[in-house]
Amino acid sequence: MSNDGVNQGRRRFLIATTAVGGGVGAVGVAVPFVKSWNPSEKAKAAGAPAKADISKVEPGAMIVVEWRGKPVYVVRRTDELVGYLEGLAEKLKDPANADEGQQPSYAKNTGRSRKPEILVLEGVCTHLGCAPKFVPEVKPQPFVDGEDWKGGFFCPCHGSRFDIAGRVFKGSPAAKNLKVPPHSYLDETTLLIGVDEENA
Amino acid sequence: MSKFQAFMGWVDHRLPVTTTFEKHMSKYYAPKNFNFWYFFGVFSFLMLANQILSGVWLTMSYNPSAEGAFASVEYIMRDVELGWLIRYMHSTGASFFFIAVYLHMFRGLIYGSYQKPRELIWIFGMCIYLMLMAEAFMGYVLPWGQMSYWGAQVIISLFGAIPVIGDDLVTWIRGDFLISGITLNRFFALHVIALPLVIVALVVLHILALHEVGSNNPDGIDIKKHKDAEGRPLDGVPFHPYYTVHDLVGIVVFLFVFCFVLFFWPEGNGYFLEYANFEEANPLKTPEHIAPVWYFGAFYTILRAVTFDIGPINSQLGGVIAMGAAIAILFVLPWLDRSPVKSWRYKGWISRLNLVLFGVFFALLTWLGTKPASGLYQILGQIGTLVYFGWFITLPFISAKEKTKPVPERVTG
Repeated sequence: MSNDGVNQGRRRFLIATTAVGGGVGAVGVAVPFVKSWNPSEKAKAAGAPAKADISKVEPGAMIVVEWRGKPVYVVRRTDELVGYLEGLAEKLKDPANADEGQQPSYAKNTGRSRKPEILVLEGVCTHLGCAPKFVPEVKPQPFVDGEDWKGGFFCPCHGSRFDIAGRVFKGSPAAKNLKVPPHSYLDETTLLIGVDEENA
Repeated sequence: MSKFQAFMGWVDHRLPVTTTFEKHMSKYYAPKNFNFWYFFGVFSFLMLANQILSGVWLTMSYNPSAEGAFASVEYIMRDVELGWLIRYMHSTGASFFFIAVYLHMFRGLIYGSYQKPRELIWIFGMCIYLMLMAEAFMGYVLPWGQMSYWGAQVIISLFGAIPVIGDDLVTWIRGDFLISGITLNRFFALHVIALPLVIVALVVLHILALHEVGSNNPDGIDIKKHKDAEGRPLDGVPFHPYYTVHDLVGIVVFLFVFCFVLFFWPEGNGYFLEYANFEEANPLKTPEHIAPVWYFGAFYTILRAVTFDIGPINSQLGGVIAMGAAIAILFVLPWLDRSPVKSWRYKGWISRLNLVLFGVFFALLTWLGTKPASGLYQILGQIGTLVYFGWFITLPFISAKEKTKPVPERVTG
């Protein structure tokens, strides 16, 4: 084949447009592969609300309820523990719940709860997803220097500390307060986790 | 002409078998002064073969579902004939793979094997290392024990630290709103097919790039400068048969050690297989102490060392950036070292001391990664992180300024 009289400009244009066309096709082919990694319809349907009977939770005790595969902590706080909350603001990263995403509007108070004594929290550390340990005892703890621990949660993975309202202490690797899931009360003793339209 | 030669002639006309063998083995001249450190490349290769072989056999009895994974591993350990051996070959083999790879990398550091003209060899090697970490992480999820589950929880959550897209990205990786059988299944696919293919391809590139420029040596000098009348390097010997036989001796010794651990100490006191992983995954209960397997320890310590906010970057994102930077900075090492000499034998005492300190602190960071992050451990981790980055940051200045010793013309044996 002779190269005489070849229109180089047209040849370059054809090569370039073919390459671009091929590239667009390759990106198109990637779509189903990327999309197939999204949660399937089955996984999406599994997020039903969870019901919990809290009548048997003693003051100072915690139960764990499973909701969407995550542990949800339900704590009945003693008056003593609630009483410490106000005084901790200095030591917390976000004492006033400024981060909107971490709690529904009705939990935007010092206790981060609908009822002062009942705390409902997702037991998922906001650092890297471990389940923080419930440490309600008011006494010196190895993970706090100097003064008494005023009750709260301690994440064993990376040492994040949270108060008894799930607010993160300064000096923790976690940056955000523990998340309060949407929740409501069906009656005095039945908690519904995952739904908050009623009596909101 | 013998029958064999005739046959090879027939093949060579159709496929370049003889010329390829000559190019990469019998006429590939390697420096004759290789020492002990030069075994670890071959050992890494050996462990790659071990992982592929034992891995293929494990898939024959393993069940990649949240309901069946844990039980199927116990089935392999108890009911499959010699299944325990194949499983330990794979799990203990992973640790030995990383031991070999780390020593292979340190060899590169002390003799300047990453320096010009071997930058691409180093970069391919780093890509292998990165893929190997992904491979090991996903493999560790498969037994579906407590540490599999919570280790995966921590590592996948790392992506959640990325601003704006973080949360959606995490959901996309998991394929669910939590780590579930869906996550396990895709990690299985990546672990047994996708990543091994990538790793093998990268190993081919690593070796092709090496054979293009030739091997470095403990003196860090170019053996191609002095050749005999036929163009063969005076300080080189053909890789085959000299180094093939030489490496076989090393392999025998290495396998003695490997087999001893395999048979008598396969869990390595909880360092090769963590005790918490003998309990089935439970999404509602975090183990008391989450620690990665030892070979991720250093980077895990760096991740945890950032406990404070830096301007607009919160501590969580800061930790992830520090960990990413710790790995990324290794890639640019060839351009950080500006020393005119390659081997530490001819560098100044500051470089040599710094390199030893770097090795010691990397080992310290690795060990700290398996310990809880509190009190003294936390502070040591932060100091170690500073030393780790300090080594890279000071390297361009020290290597450019310091007085080096004269490099000999010929290798010194």
